[in-house]
Amino acid sequence: MIKANAELDCLGLYCPMPIAKTAEKMRELKPGEVLEILADDEGIKNDMPAWCQATGNELISIEEESGKYRILIRKKGG
Amino acid sequence: MKEKMTLILFSGNLDKALAGFNLATAAASMEIEVVIFFTFWGLNILRKEKKVSPTKGFKRKMFGMINKGGTDNLPLSRFHMSGIGTKMMKQLMKEMKSPTLLELMKLAKSLGVKFVACTTTMGMMGLTKDDLIPEVDALAGAATYLTDARQSKINLFL
Repeated sequence: MIKANAELDCLGLYCPMPIAKTAEKMRELKPGEVLEILADDEGIKNDMPAWCQATGNELISIEEESGKYRILIRKKGG
Repeated sequence: MKEKMTLILFSGNLDKALAGFNLATAAASMEIEVVIFFTFWGLNILRKEKKVSPTKGFKRKMFGMINKGGTDNLPLSRFHMSGIGTKMMKQLMKEMKSPTLLELMKLAKSLGVKFVACTTTMGMMGLTKDDLIPEVDALAGAATYLTDARQSKINLFL
């Protein structure tokens, strides 16, 4: 199991806030570190992979459990 | 080189401004360089609540009385209903924990989005730089917009 270096709570937030907050939070991480994001806006299922593709960060996983999404992202350059 | 995107905010409606800033902040989060060009009614988004500079001429004075600026004075494009609809929409957005237009604008700024104000509209409305919020990066015209637009893959008009 991959351990996250930082967490970001985006529960209750709608587009574009989860993406904007993720971009902001990722600045604090070192290359190769992992960010865990919690969100419940369904759009995130498509938006987070799109954001990762655009920015070059690695999408490790998206898990859904009763309408909540747990996302792991690894910062590029590690 | 970084990808670029331009937006023309022609409309001074709250809903269209929200849509524009939603896209601008998402694009900036995706490391796209964003320029927003504010023209015509869109310039009201960049205006301070109160006009600072003296207004010259009767027509501009009359016009200024009905054409209010500032993010709190923008109407919805539909169901404004003398302000009742717009107020309800703002309450709903607050309940949804959605950012206000002002908060989205601040976020856009912190992500490096550039605000450009159209000088032709400023002249028409009798506005000076002092009547606009300090976050405005540049005052310019069509040639500046087109130079940015031709370098951008995404160009939208709202």
